Amino acid sequence: MNAFMKFDEMFGMGDTHREPYRDYHRWLESQDTAWLCRKSDEAETVFRRIGITFSVYGEEEASERLIPFDIVPRIISSREWSRLVRGIRQRVQAMNAFLYDVYHRQEIIRAGRIPAALIADNEAFLPQMMGVSPPGNVYTHVVGVDIVRIGEDEFYVLEDNARTPSGVSYMLENREIMLQMFPELFAQINVQAVGNYPKTLRRSLGNCAPYSHKGTPVIAILTPGIYNSAYFEHAFLAGQMGAELVEGHDLRVVDGRVAMRTTQGYAPIDVIYKRVDDEYLDPLNFNPQSLLGVPGMFDVYRAGGITIANAPGTGIADDKAIYSYMPDIIAFYTGEKALLKNVPTWRCSEIDALRYVLDHLPELVVKEVHGSGGYGMLVGPTASNKELAAFRNKLEANPANYIAQPTLSLSTTPILTKNGLDPRHVDLRVFVLVSPEEIHMTPGGLTRVALNKGSLVVNSSQGGGTKDTWVLEE
Amino acid sequence: MLGKTADGLFWMFRYLERNENTARLLDAGFRIALTRAAAAENEWDSVLTTVGVEQSFREKYDRMETTCVIDFLLRDPSNPSSVMSIIQTARDNARLLRTALTRELWSATNECWLTLRELLARPVRERELPFVLSTIQQQNALLNGTLHGTMMRNEIFNFARLGTFMERADNTARILDVKYYLLLPSVSLVGSSLDNVQWETILRSVSAQRSYHRLHKGDVRPREIANFLMLDLRMPRSLAFCYSKITDNLTHLAKDYGVRQPCIDIAESVFARLKEHSIDEIFESGLHEFIQDFIRDNNALGRQIEMDYRFYG
Repeated sequence: MNAFMKFDEMFGMGDTHREPYRDYHRWLESQDTAWLCRKSDEAETVFRRIGITFSVYGEEEASERLIPFDIVPRIISSREWSRLVRGIRQRVQAMNAFLYDVYHRQEIIRAGRIPAALIADNEAFLPQMMGVSPPGNVYTHVVGVDIVRIGEDEFYVLEDNARTPSGVSYMLENREIMLQMFPELFAQINVQAVGNYPKTLRRSLGNCAPYSHKGTPVIAILTPGIYNSAYFEHAFLAGQMGAELVEGHDLRVVDGRVAMRTTQGYAPIDVIYKRVDDEYLDPLNFNPQSLLGVPGMFDVYRAGGITIANAPGTGIADDKAIYSYMPDIIAFYTGEKALLKNVPTWRCSEIDALRYVLDHLPELVVKEVHGSGGYGMLVGPTASNKELAAFRNKLEANPANYIAQPTLSLSTTPILTKNGLDPRHVDLRVFVLVSPEEIHMTPGGLTRVALNKGSLVVNSSQGGGTKDTWVLEE
Repeated sequence: MLGKTADGLFWMFRYLERNENTARLLDAGFRIALTRAAAAENEWDSVLTTVGVEQSFREKYDRMETTCVIDFLLRDPSNPSSVMSIIQTARDNARLLRTALTRELWSATNECWLTLRELLARPVRERELPFVLSTIQQQNALLNGTLHGTMMRNEIFNFARLGTFMERADNTARILDVKYYLLLPSVSLVGSSLDNVQWETILRSVSAQRSYHRLHKGDVRPREIANFLMLDLRMPRSLAFCYSKITDNLTHLAKDYGVRQPCIDIAESVFARLKEHSIDEIFESGLHEFIQDFIRDNNALGRQIEMDYRFYG
């Protein structure tokens, strides 16, 4: 990979548009920038009115903010998409096989393919899950796989999100707003629909209901409440799926089932789509300080009385230290070579790797093993000498807490500015639904874009925005 | 439906109704303040008492000045009953129960909040007050219209309507409680122009001037006003009207759930008292006592609904 080559989704390496953008580009060229800017303002007004907001921790004033939305879509051809689908399916299959193994016989450790300490000493490993087999052996009912691209044929998996991936509501609302703003575009260009996601999610979760359940499964979404940064999404999905949106204090264990307090008494639940961290699930079995959990819920789970999605303990599969072993994990469980590449990763816990990382710090991206949301990360090429020195100290003090990767030149997609189009770096989160019947990927996803010129950090908490993502029909 | 959701709906619509009532009371009070400076202080005093914030107002201000009253009732964040505090709370409730609301109703609520936040960002000058008050009422009308036009007639709708009418009944009763002495037949000033203004103010504070005059051909009499506000089933802010709606919605819930809860007995007995007594009988046995009993029973009904439908854990 060459850090100096810049690949643009619309223009490739040159000045002429790429094939997937042919029709869109022709349309765009005939539009007036001022009109597009007006449409962009209009979209923002709609977002504000619908109240599509996220909360930013530690910012009282702006506690509800809009994620900036850019009206130039990110377009993926059907050929590119099917390639991603094959790679992601393989990866998610392996991930679930790995989780089953980790919480049962641990063959992969016996085979010497990953070190025992990586599991045993990992905070994301949940000993309470040993020997528990969820229905259909599905652990990760919903996965968000973050993909980056650096060239025409070079896709990498940057990160797996196997705990409580968020962002899918933006995928759906972004499309909704594009349909409202530019209906004529969708008449001219065949874009695959994303709107079925909530229905598919409902079906997929229903297919994972406990073996003992009867009739239509009762599904509830468990949220930490309105102050959580993703509350909008929890409410949005509950509304779209026709599921109840519950908090811990609405739930109680009644007659060996987890039940919710309704206006007519307690009603049992078959599937909980949990959007809280594992440790807040059940104060009896996990964090005794938590006020958010449901005492005894985990005992019901172990006895097969409820499905929890994603299963507790899936964090062991998306941990950044585990990430570096994903190619081995895929090979071990599927017998195949990984179809999608991992970004080369130095595990700072290894002494040679640490030495390399310390010697090349200004070129690398260094991340905390358990961090997320772009917090606590170092982007070497844009860091000041002072920041580099401070990070060097942190690394030396606790090397096992970090991994490092080369600074990838993420592909760019143009955004609309007052002066016309201007390229910005993007990534792509693909949403995957897993049930015993199928591994399903909605054709689209969430394209996050680093709005600050030159920036590589796309997280919404760090100045990132979003775009609609189009997967074209064949 | 979750007990929490029923609770949220009930209170969301109580709050929205409360704001509309505050706007009406301010409108009626402001009319007096404009036309009769001497009577203004008394009028503001009774407005604040009706809203239930007279004491907290006096803790903050020494004098009953119009600008202070306006600011306290519309914008003051330290006053939990100010229009701005209330719409904030109502919207928080709406966020909590977004899944129970149609997309249109949620947008209308959110837009109401955005509009009022903008409108009340700075102190409201007297000459802007009529515009501000009518905007508050318009936003509420929009919300109620959206409720009617887009929501299913089911338990969700029932709990929302219960909130509206419990609050409205309470508000009309409070107006009567504060002003009852003006309606007594023994009042010596009957027929004086002061009374006429006071009576008009009462009608104005429940948006009933035009309907009353249409009904009574302009003849303003305290007994008829009391009858109109308490017992007239055609008048949408009368106690009887509110209780016909409350019993309707509770009956609907009982049918829907197949269980008759104790709250419906309370509601039916209050409604019966309103239907079975004439205004003369009420005057005879004591208007003030009747109204105070009503307020007490209305509160008791609220508590019983909370229990029967498991609003809290």
